[in-house]
Amino acid sequence: MQARRMKTLNKLYQHTPCYSWHVKAGARMVEFAGYLMPVSYSSLIEEHLNVRANAGLFDVSHMGEIFVEGREAKEFLQSVLVSDVDKLFPGLAIYTLFCNERGGIIDDLIVYCLKEQKYLICSNAATTEKDFSWLVKQKSRFDVELRNKSVEYAQFALQGPRAEEIFRLIANPALCAIKRFHFASGEIDDIPVIVCRTGYTGEDGFEIFLPSSSARTLWEKILSAGAEAKLMPIGLGARDTLRLEQGYLLYGQDMDEETTPFEAGIGWTVSLHKEFIGKEALKRQKEEGLKRNRVGFVMEGNEIARHDYAIVSTERKPIGRVTSGTFSPSLKKGIGMGYVPANSVKIGDEISIAIRSGFAKGRIVKMPFVIGSSSRQA
Amino acid sequence: MEFPENLLYTKEHEWLRHEDDHVVVGITDYAQDALGDIVFVELPEEGDSVVKDDAFGIIESIKAVSDIYAPISGHILEVNEALLDSPSKINEDPYHTGWMVKIKMENESELDDLLTMEEYEQFVNEERELGLDKEEEEEELDM
Repeated sequence: MQARRMKTLNKLYQHTPCYSWHVKAGARMVEFAGYLMPVSYSSLIEEHLNVRANAGLFDVSHMGEIFVEGREAKEFLQSVLVSDVDKLFPGLAIYTLFCNERGGIIDDLIVYCLKEQKYLICSNAATTEKDFSWLVKQKSRFDVELRNKSVEYAQFALQGPRAEEIFRLIANPALCAIKRFHFASGEIDDIPVIVCRTGYTGEDGFEIFLPSSSARTLWEKILSAGAEAKLMPIGLGARDTLRLEQGYLLYGQDMDEETTPFEAGIGWTVSLHKEFIGKEALKRQKEEGLKRNRVGFVMEGNEIARHDYAIVSTERKPIGRVTSGTFSPSLKKGIGMGYVPANSVKIGDEISIAIRSGFAKGRIVKMPFVIGSSSRQA
Repeated sequence: MEFPENLLYTKEHEWLRHEDDHVVVGITDYAQDALGDIVFVELPEEGDSVVKDDAFGIIESIKAVSDIYAPISGHILEVNEALLDSPSKINEDPYHTGWMVKIKMENESELDDLLTMEEYEQFVNEERELGLDKEEEEEELDM
């Protein structure tokens, strides 16, 4: 990466606190959601496989952190989230969504119950501003305060079957012992952290929130502690292939404000037993049935399906579009997901993908495409 | 980054080795490094005609799809079939086992338009300075 190019890009984009570490490590930097982020440090495939076999450390400080605090924090969240917040208690987190009145997904999030009247929302980098203004608009009748602290907080993800082994070398046993979707606050070398057993890779692991000012110190500490266990820094490129192998959705690509949770296959987040924005539309859709839904497919040959390629039936009739597609480093094959008319295909069916001037065969499969250590553990 | 002296180069980051009436063609070390892990290639068939500067194949890394342009007009003498099953050979050894096609030249004078090693090296340095090349733009849209 040459000096002049970086100078131009630096003016346009934000940095995470570990930015200069990434550049110094020789990472290939790309723009993502307004940030200059490492896409890979060495080989994307090598990074991907290392997370599946050992462990990887991701700088995901671009993600948003919104704090919700006040007497009616719970009631407020109950009204804007599709999930039942009553199920949360201090130390537990949930994967959930904001929807609009039409039941379309505004964002997917993890919500952490810090204490009875205080919650942390972790949002997508590209949607944090949108989420925050939307929340501000909804809060009028609630006694609650909203704070967007995305710049003050850094976030790392330590993921892989050896994540706990590595984390034990730097964190106290209480932080290491937390179970899936549970979290704890504590300190690592006097750095205040919130540690959650979650991730976007399908592997066991931790997501760590910490003050941006201490980010570089902890980043280097985790990497050197994990060196013997083959820990590697991992870029956004492998983050994308890892999540895709799990069938996890990427907001803005696999779902948007025109997609409902039921269509996206994440209807399990929705609790229709309470009142929230979008409930009526979602209830109606559930009663009337879906018009389309998300499916996953594996390519038969060595072609790679990509975003926006057409999904066609065996009769060569277009039935949908690929929302995410890539080469799966674990399966050594093309995999992808997309939306098709409801009940038009079932698991095991053959489909084709229109690739350039031809068609390539694929097969509908159940997701996840690859079983990671997080489900083996559970 | 290695650019052998005995080869000719193009601004599309291909190399050519002149052997009698034909050339062996591949992509340069710079190109394979910029693309990252190569996971798919589509090449023309033996006997196909190719026209200088027209796309005659596809090369895909995990994040990007790129055309391969014919550096010279002629017809395809031989295709490196081994790449179809192991495209990563291009990353591992772009100038030897990673070769792509042999083209029988129609007009040897087209060789005069190609770059020498020194010229190509200078071109690469300028391109790196100026930044955002095609692959990277695609990547940004893709992510």
